[in-house]
Amino acid sequence: MRLFGHRVPLTALIGLAIIAINVVAAVGAPLIAPYDQAAVLGDAWADPTPQYVLGLDDLGRDLFSRLIYGARMSIGLAFVVTCLSFAIGIVTGFAGAVLRGWVDMLLSRIVDLLLSMPTLIFAFIVLSVLGTALPVLIVTIAILDSTKVFRLARALAMNIAALEYVEVARVRGEGLWWVIRREIFPNAVAPLVAEFGLRFSFAFLFIAALSFLGLGVQPPAADWGSMVRDYRDMINLDAMAPLYPAGAIAILTIGVNFVVDWMLAVHSRGHGEGA
Amino acid sequence: MLRLIAQRLGLGLLTLLAASVLIFAGTEILPGDLASAVLQNTATPESLAEMRKELGLDRPAAVRYVEWLGNAAVGDFGRSLASHRDVVEEIAPRLRNTLFLASYAALVAVPLAVALGLMAAIWQGGVYDRAVNFVTLLTISVPEYLVGYILIKYLSVHLGWFPSLANVTPDTPLVQRIGLTFLPMLTLVLVVVAHMMRMTRASVLQIMASPYIEMAFLKGLPKWRVVVRHAFPNALAPIINVIALDLAYLIVGVVIVEAVFVYPGLGQLMVDAVSKHDVPVVQACGLIFAGAFILLNLIADMAAILSNPRLRHPR
Repeated sequence: MRLFGHRVPLTALIGLAIIAINVVAAVGAPLIAPYDQAAVLGDAWADPTPQYVLGLDDLGRDLFSRLIYGARMSIGLAFVVTCLSFAIGIVTGFAGAVLRGWVDMLLSRIVDLLLSMPTLIFAFIVLSVLGTALPVLIVTIAILDSTKVFRLARALAMNIAALEYVEVARVRGEGLWWVIRREIFPNAVAPLVAEFGLRFSFAFLFIAALSFLGLGVQPPAADWGSMVRDYRDMINLDAMAPLYPAGAIAILTIGVNFVVDWMLAVHSRGHGEGA
Repeated sequence: MLRLIAQRLGLGLLTLLAASVLIFAGTEILPGDLASAVLQNTATPESLAEMRKELGLDRPAAVRYVEWLGNAAVGDFGRSLASHRDVVEEIAPRLRNTLFLASYAALVAVPLAVALGLMAAIWQGGVYDRAVNFVTLLTISVPEYLVGYILIKYLSVHLGWFPSLANVTPDTPLVQRIGLTFLPMLTLVLVVVAHMMRMTRASVLQIMASPYIEMAFLKGLPKWRVVVRHAFPNALAPIINVIALDLAYLIVGVVIVEAVFVYPGLGQLMVDAVSKHDVPVVQACGLIFAGAFILLNLIADMAAILSNPRLRHPR
């Protein structure tokens, strides 16, 4: 199979399929899920039946339906966080590379500072004061994550800004915004797209980990991480319940990584070449 | 070389200082101060003012930062807002548990990863190599709690080999402790070994491309001997570097693994403190985690310097 003129290896196909299924589940949750995520349908921890494919959960809600709604929360949150972190990272990164001087200095030192300790630990410190409301979570993780986007965007823009055609544009008298938009950005898109996949899987795992620790999505809302937390005691009774949401997290991450691997390989080979 | 090492040490201290500023600022500059965080919904203007006074928030932040850092340097982190106990007293037994678990995991993971990586390098391109590559690619993407719960389900609930809860107390004897923490250790090992092993393989294979290795082959040495005696010693430096960085990753893994196995470690304490807005405990835990992270990064830097003969011998 070919896509945009590139041969797609089997792993990337699997990855794309996994992503497609998850996105469909997330977008169409109310249409696909057989029951409402909050509907109590029977006894707690009822065994799977053809009617309730994965059985019922701790409050007698359909586990399968909750998984589908969980996709919406997990993927939606991670997507919003990644978009925000890219917006911040690209703007600051390009600004640093193009403006140089004290702006670049200041931005780079701030990023060094933020990277001086593990992201999770820094997130803990912020959340301990601000609490775990969704907007706080989104902005905190996006800012922490944007440090990595900043470094990549800055490095890319530095390389591109040194090329002749950018100099030509500047000599021609084009403004800063025009140079960024028309000369630098189009040439930085390919590596940034692969980075988007990586950052997405990072944000996705990070939010799931916070939710699993009870510091992320709070009930009654539920993402996959908080579902693992809610169902975790059942593992001692030999139930599969916590493994479904945890497995869903792992599968989507693997899918995204397969696609990112392929994109990086394509990019390093150059455009238009089949393998 | 001494000058380089001194430079790195100074840089490490500077980074730690920066981290401490960040930890303090993170709980200070944000909207809504500590007092309103502690009191949450029960806050009235009077109780807020009283709490601010009690916490010393009526003084400028810079003064409080210097005071906090000075006290922290001599091992005084103040009192917990939740339990009103001395923070150091709360942390000490937890820190010991976490250090135990982390070193236990490191002791198993490092030799295992190096051995697996060497084997993959020796049989490069073979079935073993490809199988290991694929399996480790999968485990890199899998979150710690999935590994942990799968281990609990099969090794603990089904087979009954290991306990699913690592509920150690300060007077649990060492032998029993090793058994109780076996599953948490195994989870951590499975999560970090993949990356370490891949990097070991990559480092050895990079060396394998050099002319002196070809020379060794031409002398007629067997492949395992070339890999173990000729390539491995020269690949050691990048390997140590990667291992130190992976162990820094272990810090984050430990927080989650402790939650899975309800292990009374520093990570659990920090998570509890975060949900209770117990800022002094959060700050102290944060400083310890950041310190460990910076120390391991420093060791990685040092390994890189020590391994490079051009840096080791001053001209």
